[in-house]
Amino acid sequence: MNDARIKVGASVRDAILPTQAPVKIAARDLNFWYDKFHAVKHINLEIPEKRVTALIGPSGCGKSTLLRVFNRIYALYPKLEARGEVLLDGENILDPKYPMNRLRSKVGMVFQKPVPFPMTIYENVAYGIRHHEKLGKADLDARVELALRQAALWDEVKDKLKESGLGLSGGQQQRLCIARAVALKPDVLLLDEPTSALDPISTSRIEQLVEELKQDFTIMIVTHNMQQAARVSDYTAFMYLGDLIEHGATEQIFSNPGKQQTEDYITGRFG
Amino acid sequence: MSTIALSARDLAAAKLYRRRRLTNIVAIGLACAAALFGLAFLGWILWTLLAKGLAHLSLSLFTQDQPPPLEAGGLRNAIVGSLMMCGMGVLIGTPLGIAAGTWLAEYGNHRKLGTVVRFVNDILLSAPSIVLGLFVYAAFVMQTGGNFSAIGGSIALAFIVLPVVVRTTDEMLRLVPVQMREAALSLGVPQWKVTMQVLYRSALPGIVTGILLALARISGETAPLLFTAFGNEFFSLDATGAMSAVPLVMYKFAGSGYENWEHLAWAGALLVTLFVLAVSLVARTLLLRNKVAND
Repeated sequence: MNDARIKVGASVRDAILPTQAPVKIAARDLNFWYDKFHAVKHINLEIPEKRVTALIGPSGCGKSTLLRVFNRIYALYPKLEARGEVLLDGENILDPKYPMNRLRSKVGMVFQKPVPFPMTIYENVAYGIRHHEKLGKADLDARVELALRQAALWDEVKDKLKESGLGLSGGQQQRLCIARAVALKPDVLLLDEPTSALDPISTSRIEQLVEELKQDFTIMIVTHNMQQAARVSDYTAFMYLGDLIEHGATEQIFSNPGKQQTEDYITGRFG
Repeated sequence: MSTIALSARDLAAAKLYRRRRLTNIVAIGLACAAALFGLAFLGWILWTLLAKGLAHLSLSLFTQDQPPPLEAGGLRNAIVGSLMMCGMGVLIGTPLGIAAGTWLAEYGNHRKLGTVVRFVNDILLSAPSIVLGLFVYAAFVMQTGGNFSAIGGSIALAFIVLPVVVRTTDEMLRLVPVQMREAALSLGVPQWKVTMQVLYRSALPGIVTGILLALARISGETAPLLFTAFGNEFFSLDATGAMSAVPLVMYKFAGSGYENWEHLAWAGALLVTLFVLAVSLVARTLLLRNKVAND
């Protein structure tokens, strides 16, 4: 599985993908139903390691749904069903035998609305670590600091770690949520429209952060903002009405899309 | 000086504006009158209570037990009985209510059984309190040999606390943003732990407020105690025996015709009202403080 390479048009591959990354996650004939509604249809998709892959498409196209399959958070609700395979490092996470604990510690998620837990800033980050590992105070402190540094929040909060996470600004809260997710040292980060509730300055900070985080994490980001997809991602997948229309290097998708629907969407003709 | 020429359209607009302003004044006036009407009755009730009760509020109220007619006395036995039974009622009703409310919000929310339980709880919420008293009389007092007891009274009060706590726990937990649940679960923390460590923390002030409001409600209840705790002229701390309560004494004394008994009834009424007022204020402050912390 790890030998597989991302497939883009063979002629442009070398020009666009100078450093080819191994596949981290692969969806194989993935389908998703909301009760009787077929929301995601026969998706085959390979997500390269330590790259940013953006999922774009008009509202209701299934991009958030697809993202929520990758850590099985959808399983929280009844009548939702995913069929097919999602291979994380070659293992099918949709297999009921795949341990949820392992999945959730390998795949972190950040949501549209920043939701710090009603605890101190320190506790917000330490909460997940405590559940998975038994660390001494010094080790835990170090992990919390590392996570806050990775989320580019440390300098702003290092003097008020004991204050409530709810007292931070919206952008800071979202970076706290990112810190909370990276604190578990996951392999993959799923970002579900992480900036849609933020102002432009906070948004650009998060975008910078995504750029830095891809050194350590495989990132998938769902976004409504095509400029954002173009700015932050290495690969882009365009979805429409539950189908994966096109997937390739971001430069190629935005400069020379292979399908008419993709071109119509990125040039703003619909969506 | 130039004059501005007004067109027919300007004049029509001015006329429309005057009419809207008049309608606005009338509507505001009616709304204010309605609000004042309601507030006036509340004020009247409080004024009556103060006028009739304040004069009889004294230290002996708390140090002496209820007297025979025409003798000096206080309400010590009733006050202690009320505190004991309300406390026990809250202690019995709260854990059950929180557990049931949590099940409703976290596990039963998407199920048919959840809808049924929520509906039944709403019926219990509006059940006449005398019916609850009769039920406990038949199901508990009669089963224990027709022995009136403070425990029976507390159980009847717990039946009033229960649906209030179920409802507030359910609603407060459902007010917690879905993303907070998902964020906690996506860290790999199991649902029961998320509920205990994250969701309760977020919903706690609301739940405590619900408990306090339930306490305020039962502190004035008479009907559920009539066939259960029954009342007791003497001071008692024995939960297995009959016990007095302030509303029970008020019920007996208020229309008795004995001057000193009626005075005590008014003092008791004022006492209960002040207690309810204090509890409501604490509840309100808690809720307000949480709001500030959350925003």
